[in-house]
Amino acid sequence: MKLNQEIQKLVDGILKKDMRSIAKAVSFVENSDYKTKKPFLQAIFPYTGKAKVIGITGLPGAGKSTITDKLIKAFRDDGKSVGVLAVDPSSPFTKGAILGDRIRMQNHTLDKDVYLRSMASRGALGGLAQTTKDALKVLDASGYDIVIIETVGVGQNEIDIVKIADCVVLTYAPGFGDEIQAMKAGVMEIADIYVVNKADRDFSQKLFKEISDIVNLSSKEPKPKVLKTIATNPYEQSNIGYLKEEIVKYIDYVETSSNLKKKRISFIESELIDTLTKIIIDKTLQNQNVKAFFDKKTIDKIYNKELNFYSIIDKIMEAI
Amino acid sequence: MSKNGYKNWQEKTLIPYIKKNPTRKEKFHTSSYIDIKDLYTENDVSDYEQNLGYPGQYPFTRGPYPTMYRGQHWTMRQYAGFGTAKESNERYKYLLKQGQTGLSVAFDLPTQIGYDSDSPMSEGEVGKVGVAIDTIDDMETLFKDIPLDKVSTSMTINATAFILLSMYIVVGKKQGVEKKLLRGTIQNDILKEYIARGTYIYPPKPSMRIITDIFDYCAKEVPKWNTISISGYHIREAGSTAVQEVAFTLADGIEYVKSAIEKGLNVDDFAGRLSFFFNAHNDILEEVAKFRAARRIWAKIMKERFNAKNEKSQMLRFHTQTGGSTLTAQQPENNIIRVTLQALAAVLGGTQSLHTNSMDEALALPTEKSVRIALRTQQIIAYESGVANVIDPLGGSYYIEHLTDTIEQKAWEYINKIDELGGMVAAIEQGFVQKEIQESAYHYQMDIENKERIIVGVNSFQIEEEPPKDLLKVNQQVSIEQIKKLQQIKSQRDNQKVLKSLHLLKDTIKSNDNVMPAVIECVENYATLQEIADTLRQEFGEYKESVVI
Amino acid sequence: MAIRILIAKPGLDGHDRGAKFVARALQERGYEVIYTGIRQTPKQIAIAAVQEDVDFVGLSLLSGAHNELFPKVVEELHNAGVSDIVVFGGGVIPQSDIEFLKSKGIKAIFGPGTSIKTIVDFIENETKSRNSKIG
Repeated sequence: MKLNQEIQKLVDGILKKDMRSIAKAVSFVENSDYKTKKPFLQAIFPYTGKAKVIGITGLPGAGKSTITDKLIKAFRDDGKSVGVLAVDPSSPFTKGAILGDRIRMQNHTLDKDVYLRSMASRGALGGLAQTTKDALKVLDASGYDIVIIETVGVGQNEIDIVKIADCVVLTYAPGFGDEIQAMKAGVMEIADIYVVNKADRDFSQKLFKEISDIVNLSSKEPKPKVLKTIATNPYEQSNIGYLKEEIVKYIDYVETSSNLKKKRISFIESELIDTLTKIIIDKTLQNQNVKAFFDKKTIDKIYNKELNFYSIIDKIMEAI
Repeated sequence: MSKNGYKNWQEKTLIPYIKKNPTRKEKFHTSSYIDIKDLYTENDVSDYEQNLGYPGQYPFTRGPYPTMYRGQHWTMRQYAGFGTAKESNERYKYLLKQGQTGLSVAFDLPTQIGYDSDSPMSEGEVGKVGVAIDTIDDMETLFKDIPLDKVSTSMTINATAFILLSMYIVVGKKQGVEKKLLRGTIQNDILKEYIARGTYIYPPKPSMRIITDIFDYCAKEVPKWNTISISGYHIREAGSTAVQEVAFTLADGIEYVKSAIEKGLNVDDFAGRLSFFFNAHNDILEEVAKFRAARRIWAKIMKERFNAKNEKSQMLRFHTQTGGSTLTAQQPENNIIRVTLQALAAVLGGTQSLHTNSMDEALALPTEKSVRIALRTQQIIAYESGVANVIDPLGGSYYIEHLTDTIEQKAWEYINKIDELGGMVAAIEQGFVQKEIQESAYHYQMDIENKERIIVGVNSFQIEEEPPKDLLKVNQQVSIEQIKKLQQIKSQRDNQKVLKSLHLLKDTIKSNDNVMPAVIECVENYATLQEIADTLRQEFGEYKESVVI
Repeated sequence: MAIRILIAKPGLDGHDRGAKFVARALQERGYEVIYTGIRQTPKQIAIAAVQEDVDFVGLSLLSGAHNELFPKVVEELHNAGVSDIVVFGGGVIPQSDIEFLKSKGIKAIFGPGTSIKTIVDFIENETKSRNSKIG
């Protein structure tokens, strides 16, 4: 397959772990439609699958960025290279975003084996940008041993991280009055490790107990660990070091028990469906025959009950 | 005046008049968005006399001293410092000659943040916003020919206050002045650094330990020293409202007093030496009310919450600076007028000490001429305007008393909220305080952009103008000179002694003893500022900001 | 395609009211803004700009160190192999320094009293002219 020059340059660049190329490649997959980026993604596909992917999620204020910052150090001390994608929500009204996660991790900026990138969700629900998966592939193909994806957890919509991370860490902090959030079944099921951060605060023990009790009822294999951390403690590489150990242990376990393979296969399946869905929908909506149904008159008639909504759907299905 | 008088006036006189002559705006509010009625009458204040008290008596609403400016004027204390210690020393001598009555030292950012002039972090910053101090040698030069038993010196220094105070004590020693005669203030207010000013080094807990070490040390050894200047100035400059300025400052104060008491100090032993520092902003009547409300709230806090028995512990004494962020680069002479009004507000509000900004300060540090005008502003208010001849002249004004009550009530709401969050340190870590300030700052700025808030010369009444000439340019050679001096000192001092004293400091930190004696010894041996600050960095780590936008 | 802007505070100055206002105002106009926080070295800023693949870098400084630090940022961007990121600055910067800063590669300086509209217009114009170059 012959790639155009620009794309070939990008591919060569990221395989050499050239920071500028990596950055450009992430922008490329962020901004391009499927057709444009497919050749690139196809070219790097053989090089993906090596990085271990860790998802750090939780409510704003739980301390995710501080934990990520300390995790980076812990993995660097182990000699691992680390890529980070920090995802923050775009404003649904203005489409703009303030991406401030980097602040906590800036001290790693001068480390050649760390790559930090902030991403705006750009309207995607689920806490992740639709393009986060593709950005992950770029970092994976570039050769980073570990990729950490940090995302805001705002409730039930964190499920996306489950479809791409080998290990999901859900972070809580006491005092948010949102202990009830902990109880929301959807969210609670997703994590492989639970962290109660700011463990020196009031009510942290209560929160720890609440979460531990729920986790004990979990049928997940292995049973998720619940940890306490004080991520801002400067002496504290050790409690984050402990978190890192648990993450590594978890990933090792799933790897050897072939649960990692199972996970990754399910990731492929869901991504296949997601990608195909998007392609097919885009294609369908661009079909002239389909577009014809989207004129104002037709819609008005549906509103006035002159046409039946469901009959129109039948007609569209016939047209494609 | 009957209760119905106001209503009658509105119905019979005001409303008919407005029908033909509409008001400029639908609604009016103070600079801090407190609603303002057309007129205030006795109906707007209830029992204010009870709440008011008398000057020099609890709750000190009308002033901390029985005579106020009839006894002595506020201290005229112009913040100054730039370049080398030698240049700053010359500026201090000039200001003292021109009639300033207290010294106020501005340090450069490397000094404030614990870096020596030769550190890579100091690049471009040496001597720019204040004087560069690397060792005791610089400090001696700074106060050359200025007898420390004859002046009171305020030092705007926070994270490294413990080092600069130690240096001041050693300079005194070298001049033959005993510690117990030294008079002055160190700002030493780390909480507001996390909130608004950004020159922190260490995290909150160890910082509080150092601050309370200073309270303890000075209570015994330097009794005339004001050990902290709990500051609202910077919080206001960061964009807060007047209410937030008072509330967050006093909440900081609560945190400091709490920490000292937890450490084992008796409240009446140190509280008399706590002082405050407020902003004098542009809505002058609101500012007067703000100062009075602050005094009343603090008195209540000290008496009721902390059981302070000594009146000195209950009285809020403060320094004021006119609001720097209100100055404009456009038509700078207008700033003289702004500063005059703001200084007047501070005086009518009963400040103990005052710094007036110079007209060129939107763009640079002040020249000799512009700082002289700023000083004259204070002198004219003091000697020509008559306002200093009576105590709390605006007391009893319906509007002022109502506004004082309103600000007090709203400030209490914030203070209670912060208590609920677990105190100021917790509130800062959660970003609550910063978020409130951010919102106010954003609102303020958008009002300017929309012309809801008029800034003369900037979004209205603009002119075409030439850029100002004759701005102060700081000597570019400062960092070169400082680096050379550092090399010299490091080669001439007894490096073994330095290492030993730094080691002793490390042990003191670990053993939780008072750090001051060990720091003084390091300073005497010509340890540099950064060598001392780094010793603490190794033990405490550095603080990382929690950013809220 | 979103325009990405890095807002940074080089040097030791901690006064971030202006930087935060600009960041928020730009976000409200649809830009993706990465804010680095205070106390950044020129190298940290440049590398962040490269990693984030931003189109603009906005520097805020109120301590008088702009003549030393702003050009350093531009220099570090060159060292990192980037020369097409547009650098602008603001803070307490006397007009007499603007010519020097422009000669060192800072495209615009927004001093005290500048309205947000001026900054946004600048960004839009720069974006337009860059798009027409690529176009």
